Amino acid sequence: MKLGLVIDLDTCVGCHACAVACKEWNDGSRVAGPLPDYDARGAEPSGVWLNRIRHYEVGEYPESKTLNVPMSCMHCEDAACVTVCPTGASYKRTDGIVMVDPDKCMGCNYCSWACPYGARELDQNAGTMKKCTLCVDRIYSEDLPLAERQPACVLACPAHARMFGDFDDPGSAVSRKVRERAGFGMLPELGYSPVNRYLPPRKPPAIEIDAQAAPQTGLLERLQSLAAQLIRR
Amino acid sequence: MRPAFSVIFFTVLSGAGLGLFALLAIVYLTGWSSAPGPAMHLVGGVLALALVAGGLLSSTLHLANPRNAWRAVTRFRTSWLSREGVLALLFFPVALGYLASVHLAWPSAWQTALGLAGIALAWAVLFSTGMIYACLKTIPQWHNRLVPAAYLVNGHLSGGLILLALAAADGKATGGYVALAAIALTVAGAIKWRYYRRFSATRAGTHSLASAVGMTAVQAKLLDVGHTHGTFLTQEFVFRLGRERARLLRWLFFLLSVLIPAIVLVAGTGNAWILGIAALLCLMGLLIERWLFFAEAQHVVRLFHGQQTV
Repeated sequence: MKLGLVIDLDTCVGCHACAVACKEWNDGSRVAGPLPDYDARGAEPSGVWLNRIRHYEVGEYPESKTLNVPMSCMHCEDAACVTVCPTGASYKRTDGIVMVDPDKCMGCNYCSWACPYGARELDQNAGTMKKCTLCVDRIYSEDLPLAERQPACVLACPAHARMFGDFDDPGSAVSRKVRERAGFGMLPELGYSPVNRYLPPRKPPAIEIDAQAAPQTGLLERLQSLAAQLIRR
Repeated sequence: MRPAFSVIFFTVLSGAGLGLFALLAIVYLTGWSSAPGPAMHLVGGVLALALVAGGLLSSTLHLANPRNAWRAVTRFRTSWLSREGVLALLFFPVALGYLASVHLAWPSAWQTALGLAGIALAWAVLFSTGMIYACLKTIPQWHNRLVPAAYLVNGHLSGGLILLALAAADGKATGGYVALAAIALTVAGAIKWRYYRRFSATRAGTHSLASAVGMTAVQAKLLDVGHTHGTFLTQEFVFRLGRERARLLRWLFFLLSVLIPAIVLVAGTGNAWILGIAALLCLMGLLIERWLFFAEAQHVVRLFHGQQTV
């Protein structure tokens, strides 16, 4: 198995609902939580988040687009964070999920240095590293209804921009979507084979905004414009 | 990368200790005419072990959860950090055994075997320390051969200058020690010169923000980083260092660790105090070099925080 996420950059509206749902579930999770905040209501609020969304502009105006990019653990097939971990706290499960065992972690930060995606954050209170577990305590839960056995971020997304599934199965919904939309993994040149895939934005139609092709104006508008020019003189 | 002072002190101090031990054992085992006498051998050996131990203790201050530090010996098959820990722990009994073999006048075969094992372990620890950084593909300034080379030779530079000062204090002929220090000085200076040339501040990186977010034909720029204040990521990876300040510190390193020791070596002084001060200045220069090693290193996660290339 090769569990992971597909994130559609075309439909993601950048609302941060996935990050909030992630924070809420995992803060109360016995596997990943708690996820502390520091100075939450003060002047310099900070804290541990397992999923962060950043916003970019791609292309040049008028062919530009806002790209909202949620990033969490990519559950790399060749996970450098696991390789470099000196204590064995970081490990990869047979279903592909990269995990941290807090009972073994010594908080040296070395795994976070090895991760190119910024997917690992130190919990200063516990002194251990925190990361996305793909909501391992949801997806295998026997208490939740079948439809809810998915990562919290996937369920929360109002734009349905997130999908969860097994990339090892060529017939799975995630595998099909990646084939249809030419999904890509981030920073493949580093060779870590990230599992999570991003679907690129579809090409947006350019909006015609040309000074020469300004909206056709009636006689009244032309007279007004002429008057404005005369008065300016 | 945010310079972590505990790691900076650890690598500079233990590097000097390991270099000092290796050179001391080499000089003693090869039987120079000016080889260290028993007193100097003991002082040098104990000083080397104290530097390594002090460095190792300092490194544990870097840990957020030191209760689990003992587990760091368990993943030596994959992790250079674990290898460094295992090798450093092996170094201590072997180095102590070597010092005991010399001072209790054990058979020379014992001295040679323990001495060679100690030298090999000292080199292996220094190399592992360098590889901790050099194996990280996420930081281009670290992911190259110059890094372990610099760790190896910088340890011998500071260790060699300490050994020279000890030899002068012991009233030995310093010629051979000066030659050792001069070799280390030349190689160390050349390696860091090459490193700074290769990673000059104007260098454009190989990874770009646009390609990281999947754009090959168009440019990308950060609109909003998504958090109001800093995060673990900005604190750990987005360290900013002014270009002029970096240049100044590079020159300060060359002045303290290369130029001043070179002048002292050329002047041919046998004064142990002056040589000791030169060794201390060299260590201070290496602290600056190690601080810069972190401060100038750029992690690829900076791309997602708006930097165009890394």
